[in-house]
Amino acid sequence: MPVLDYIEAIRLAMKEEMERDPDVFVLGEDVGVKGGVFTTTKGLQQQFGETRVMDTPLSESAIAGVAIGAAMYGMKPIAEMQYSDFMFPATNQIISEAAKIRYRSNNDWSCPLVIRAPIGGGIFGGLYHSQCPESVFFGTPGLKIVAPYTPADAKGLLTAAIRDPDPVLFFENKKCYTLVNGSVPEGDYTVPIGKSNVLREGDDITVISYSLPLHFALQAAEELAAEGIGAHILDLRTLQPLDKEGILEAARRTGKVLIIHEDNKTGGIGAEVSAIIAEEMLYELDAPIRRLCGPDVPAMPINPPGEKFFMLNKDKVLAAMRELALY
Amino acid sequence: MNQPPVGSLARHRELGLSDEDAVQMYAKMRTARMFDERVLLLQRAGKINFHVSGIGQEAAQVAAAWALDRDQDYFLPYYRDYGFVLSVGMTLRELMLSVFAKAEDPTSGGRQMPGHFGHKRLRIVTGSSPVTTQVPHAVGIALAAKMKGEQRVSFVTFGEGSSNQGDFHEGCNFAGVHKLPVILMCENNQYAISVPVHKQLGGKVADRAIGYGFTGLRVDGNDPLAVYGVVKEAHRRALAGEGPTLVEAMMYRVSPHSTSDNDLAYRTKDGVLSFRQYLIDAGAWSVEKDEELTAAIRRELDEATKYADEAPFPEAESTLLHVYADGSEGGK
Repeated sequence: MPVLDYIEAIRLAMKEEMERDPDVFVLGEDVGVKGGVFTTTKGLQQQFGETRVMDTPLSESAIAGVAIGAAMYGMKPIAEMQYSDFMFPATNQIISEAAKIRYRSNNDWSCPLVIRAPIGGGIFGGLYHSQCPESVFFGTPGLKIVAPYTPADAKGLLTAAIRDPDPVLFFENKKCYTLVNGSVPEGDYTVPIGKSNVLREGDDITVISYSLPLHFALQAAEELAAEGIGAHILDLRTLQPLDKEGILEAARRTGKVLIIHEDNKTGGIGAEVSAIIAEEMLYELDAPIRRLCGPDVPAMPINPPGEKFFMLNKDKVLAAMRELALY
Repeated sequence: MNQPPVGSLARHRELGLSDEDAVQMYAKMRTARMFDERVLLLQRAGKINFHVSGIGQEAAQVAAAWALDRDQDYFLPYYRDYGFVLSVGMTLRELMLSVFAKAEDPTSGGRQMPGHFGHKRLRIVTGSSPVTTQVPHAVGIALAAKMKGEQRVSFVTFGEGSSNQGDFHEGCNFAGVHKLPVILMCENNQYAISVPVHKQLGGKVADRAIGYGFTGLRVDGNDPLAVYGVVKEAHRRALAGEGPTLVEAMMYRVSPHSTSDNDLAYRTKDGVLSFRQYLIDAGAWSVEKDEELTAAIRRELDEATKYADEAPFPEAESTLLHVYADGSEGGK
């Protein structure tokens, strides 16, 4: 199996799907000649031409809205938002339109659209190049939301998203782009949307997370293993619809649950995961459910101490995991 | 506008419309008007919950539809376009099923408010209530048709108030950059609910096209033949690869914004009545035929109203269906 960077896996998924299906096309700001500000779409315009890898006006609501129109016509657009922070001008198109097209037409129309957007901080991006917007879109039925943490998952989930008959938000973590690499299976495969994935088995604490913080949790789990603490780690993979059974099974395994995400705590994915566990198995828990999340401030600052304070890291995750294990 | 003087009796023929075409157009306008009046009555009588009226706008709607390819083009009407959707194939029965929010309603299965059209077989694209979101969709449809090499035009309407939304401008700019086959028709009825046009617009809607690099035209929306001519030419340009056209059809909203809007009576010029007179003067129509038509529409309306009134509502639990393609994932 070839070893790829996270960003290369995303690019490969788009390339292979565009080769497989002439209806798949990419549109967004700077995706063409430049190959994207992060180089995610590098080389695609050379291979597929200006129409299928389309540089759009700087106009996020139009990027989403035009993609929605094309999807309703029968195309399979992949719309790139340059940063998820700049997705908010397109929020009405995503929430009022894409999410509701199948439902409001009583299954007459559909909107098979992928919106890719880089999330997360730690790159000195300040308030508006660092956000995790999951909670804005989470809780809007009709949307699917995925957030991969490895190259293999990124490729498999993006391929599944492109083939999905409904709108999928694909939140790729920009900190992972080149820092995270790993083996990617050769040939055609998908990672199913709607299913979580157990990354590590353990009997003392359960960690439920997604995207970048999973790497911190896996590193911390190694260290805790040396202390005799066994961590069971669940990757949600799909944030919407949540894999309820997978969450409950993972929580039952240890009875002690820590939920981790970079998005701020209040109203985040962790709140819903926690509520699911509380509703279904409160009396099976051996400790209160814990959450380790970004602080409830509008977004992270650009100054290095401030950004470091906001961001999660292995040490913060390790401390939270140990504390729960010792509860 | 370069047209024969008002009162010319051959204008429709000069535009390539037969007497029969012109009469059919009038019949659709009349149908839309009578439908609208009936639904207002049903709402006031407490039979249905809500109606948003298109009275005063039918002439332009029907004329525009007639200028399009009703077998190929994609349509993104807004919520006053009863005349338009009737012209591209929806029936009074279908509209009444929507008004009564019944299971058989083809637009949404009784989910959406009336006037939120959608009908895939007729290429009427599903719409929503936040205004002007359909403009980028129309642009995307035109883009997709162009990418697939299919000779189609997308036609989208909206009010003049809506033309202030970002989606209007973002959609126009995108369409202008790519010279897409899209026709944008603003039905300028002078009012955005209660706010008059002078508090909505600093200039003309039609002039906004200049900023996006394509043609913008203002036309008398109460003159269906003028609207027909302008949209026909826009359609030709779209198919010839000459890009989008913005049409601002001037008209006057006779009815309140919706049944929730308590308006005063407005004075108006009526495109449907003046077109009837034109046809009579041209010898293509008569008072007797008009009475027969009115009676026939009334019968059809009676039948449609009765059918829709008696039709079953959707099953309550069907509320949970069609969140996703795989129903098992949604609604839980």
